[in-house]
Amino acid sequence: MPPDEPLVRWDWVLSHLDDPIGTQLAEHLRLSLIPVLLGLLIALPLGVACARWRRLYPPVFTGINVLYAIPSIALFFLLLPYTSFTDWTAIIPLTVYTLSVLVPNVVGGLDQVPAHVREAATAVGFAPVARLLRVELPVAVPVIVAGLRVAAVASVSMVSVAALVGLGGLGQLILTDGFQRQFPTPIVVGIVLSVALAFAIDGALVLLQRALTPWARGRAER
Amino acid sequence: MNLFAEFWAWIGRPEQWEGPAGIPVRFAEHVGYSALALGISALIGVSLGLLTGHTGRGGFLAASLANVARALPTIGVLFLVVLFTGIGIVPVLAALVALAVPPILVNTYEGVRGVDADLKDAARGMGMRGWTVLWRLEVPVALPLILLGLRTAAIQVVATATIAAYVGIGGLGRYIVDGQARREYDMVVGGSVLVVLLALAVAVLFLLLRRYGVSAGLRRRGSGVA
Repeated sequence: MPPDEPLVRWDWVLSHLDDPIGTQLAEHLRLSLIPVLLGLLIALPLGVACARWRRLYPPVFTGINVLYAIPSIALFFLLLPYTSFTDWTAIIPLTVYTLSVLVPNVVGGLDQVPAHVREAATAVGFAPVARLLRVELPVAVPVIVAGLRVAAVASVSMVSVAALVGLGGLGQLILTDGFQRQFPTPIVVGIVLSVALAFAIDGALVLLQRALTPWARGRAER
Repeated sequence: MNLFAEFWAWIGRPEQWEGPAGIPVRFAEHVGYSALALGISALIGVSLGLLTGHTGRGGFLAASLANVARALPTIGVLFLVVLFTGIGIVPVLAALVALAVPPILVNTYEGVRGVDADLKDAARGMGMRGWTVLWRLEVPVALPLILLGLRTAAIQVVATATIAAYVGIGGLGRYIVDGQARREYDMVVGGSVLVVLLALAVAVLFLLLRRYGVSAGLRRRGSGVA
């Protein structure tokens, strides 16, 4: 790198806003959100089942802990021959990671529904499934969203690593536009946008939680 | 293709176990960088967590900084630091420390904050003050969460130390980089599986630490922030 190279060349940023910056940002958003959504789709039924049938939880919990210890970065490379350069190479490892955060939070959220709430719901005539969908899951929303926030922020930050297997949205910007050309501007842009994206998603999830738990409004903020 | 068979054949070749590119050397490099990064991160994360948790001041600031650091893309930090300091251990340590401090700091802070006020009253009633309360009460009670933070960080660090190979200083990631470049897939599998095994070993190590380090009365509590 030339010694007088500035950290950010604004003219490069302005002339590359659409491509690659915009396209890689959109790609990054897509690759980091799909695993969180898939993770939630799997974690909700699995967590509900574990909360209901307690004997299921210890083996599931152990399995999740093992999955958690399997690094996404190693999975990216192990999956390459099976999924090659398709999105699945990034999506599968990240989904596995989000499961390790989401399942314990779904179970934990359902566990902390107070017994009197459950009994009151039964008393006013909720059948088990309706009680689950309309009372227990809504009460568990704050804990589930807390898990979603951790999973989403981690996912946004981890997608970049998939640049090493030729995917990865902003990671591509960092690796091919920045590092391989010894050019710091795309690296700085990639880092800043990645952090901004994580915060935007985190903020959106907080708003989602407010919208889903209207009864918590007006109470003291936690 | 059978992953297990590939790995077994690769690891079984005698030349893998000798010389400067052999498994023992690469393994030692990998564990060395990881341990150094984790040590630095623990020093920063645990001390800041204890300080903010014990005094109750600066906790919000620390948590906010930890959140920003958590969102940092690791390879961005790595490659940016490389451009300024050149190839070497500094960029790898910078990237790994940025990765490891947030979970350690946040869990330590939450652990110390979460110590029951009644317990603190009791400790004061027994004549403990300031540092004594911290060391004799808050740290032992917060230990499950502190260990959880360290475990999360350690697993991520041994996994991510793989990137050291991308800036030319070896480690198990070397097999992944070289294998990809030479299109020798068994080598990529070998390196990846060794990283997975190392991460699992770290998980087991922390299970044992929790088993023998945490007071029996506290072991059932503490779910914490991952």
